[in-house]
Amino acid sequence: MEIDLSIHPDLVRQILTKFIRSEITRAGFQRAVVNLSGGLDSAVSCFLAAEALGPQNVLALRLPYKTSSPDSLEHAQMVIDQTGVQARTISITDMADPFIALEPDMSPVRKGNIMARLRMIVAYDQSEAFRGLVVGTGNKTEILLGYTTLYGDSACAINPLGDLYKTQVRQLARALGVPEAIIAKPPSADLWAGQTDEGELGFTYAEVDKLLYLLVDQRYRPEECVQAGFDEKFVRAVLERVRRNQFKRVLPPIAKLSNRTVGYDFLYPRDWGT
Amino acid sequence: MSLTLALAQINTKLGDVPANLEKHLALAREARQNGADLLLFPELSLTGYVLQDLVPAVASYNEADSPTFRALLDASHDLDLVVGFVDEDPRRRFYIASAYLSRGEIVHVHHKVYLPTYGLFDESRFFAPGQSVRAFDTRFGRAGMLICEDFWHASPPYLLWQDGADLLLLSSASPGRGLSADPKLASSAWVEHINRAYASLFTVFVAHANRVGFEDGLNFWGGSTVFDPDGRLLVQAPYFEEALTLCELDLNQLHRTRARLPLLRDERPEMLQSELERIIHGN
Repeated sequence: MEIDLSIHPDLVRQILTKFIRSEITRAGFQRAVVNLSGGLDSAVSCFLAAEALGPQNVLALRLPYKTSSPDSLEHAQMVIDQTGVQARTISITDMADPFIALEPDMSPVRKGNIMARLRMIVAYDQSEAFRGLVVGTGNKTEILLGYTTLYGDSACAINPLGDLYKTQVRQLARALGVPEAIIAKPPSADLWAGQTDEGELGFTYAEVDKLLYLLVDQRYRPEECVQAGFDEKFVRAVLERVRRNQFKRVLPPIAKLSNRTVGYDFLYPRDWGT
Repeated sequence: MSLTLALAQINTKLGDVPANLEKHLALAREARQNGADLLLFPELSLTGYVLQDLVPAVASYNEADSPTFRALLDASHDLDLVVGFVDEDPRRRFYIASAYLSRGEIVHVHHKVYLPTYGLFDESRFFAPGQSVRAFDTRFGRAGMLICEDFWHASPPYLLWQDGADLLLLSSASPGRGLSADPKLASSAWVEHINRAYASLFTVFVAHANRVGFEDGLNFWGGSTVFDPDGRLLVQAPYFEEALTLCELDLNQLHRTRARLPLLRDERPEMLQSELERIIHGN
């Protein structure tokens, strides 16, 4: 069975650059801040923001930790050079290490979450100084799988990539002219040496994107996905991951008490009045 | 006889009626200067689309006497206008509405009959559904207005056709969606497909004004069109950009098309009625 995740990159590029410009300017800003990890998603967000707002209005942040791969810094620099955006490099090692030292035997996941959240703090601090909004980098695959740190890398003012699967982000990257070294390398959160998304998740983006496309976009039932050729255990594991991480996709529930409660019956658009 | 129709493919300010009114009046002036006889605005053009709890705040009650409509009615001395707004009826129900204004009068108001409440849509939560689909006379012949989901259903355009409309004035705030390798969004392709089909099946003019801009992550794709009674695309506005697009409609095309293809003459609404009676009531 043919599952086609092809996009028309120029169409997507047009919508997303207009989206970034519209949402940032209607909020009263002209500028954006992007945390540039050296990976594919943040490179694409940076290219789009630069095109939408002009490179002088985009601040790319490189926020390495001492264990970060040197490739990450180098690849981020390629994006900065190619787009012509403003850039700063701020090491988070001196912020993270005293905190990590307080807790002996801290697990890699805890350390990774601390790094992701420190990068969020730096991005939001720089956004105030630069007078720009934080443009997010999360794609549809990682949002659905919950492969993200809550209040860390998922934190942003607007998210242009959240309705594109990873394999679709890659198609867009090619059209935008993102350097091939970034497109070709294995995706990684780079929170510890040798980490890769696909190693940690236990499956490839190429596989899971097709499965998610059937389950989410095409509304296939799980058994229909199995009939379409997906391993049943894989289907169950992915569905369970999607279910378990629903909390990351919604605001925390407010305990309803009054007649009118934010989120339930006090409903206003975010773009209210603009 | 010809009619110069203008499509006002605009972005709107969400919940800010005075700002949107200013844009309507400016476009009415511009369209008139360019020779337009009739200017068609998109769905909810005076209010914006994703209104949610803003609905009561932006609604027009007794609109003929409201300052907003007084200004639009003044402008309608120069050219006819179709505007989108929230109508509040005497029983204080809220409707997604379109008004046809001409020579200082409100000629007709249509209340959106089909309120999509599925997928990304939540209209029935905030609006009451309209109860009728009626054609009306204009100085260019008989016309009918429908709003977005109204013409995703086949029956409202059919009813307008049978009620005498030769010009369908369609407005929408259509959120773009559906990615593929195609350079057109699936939602755009679908709307263009059905509008061409209505023009062809009913041998009428079909004009569609769609919005552009973004609201809460939704994109509105524009691409407003006019099809003639042969189903030919007369004009299309750009995708995703504001535009004032003019199109001259040669109304004598109705004569030529229907001489060739008498679908209207041969249509049998009585049979439709009797079969619907059987289907609905089992008799």
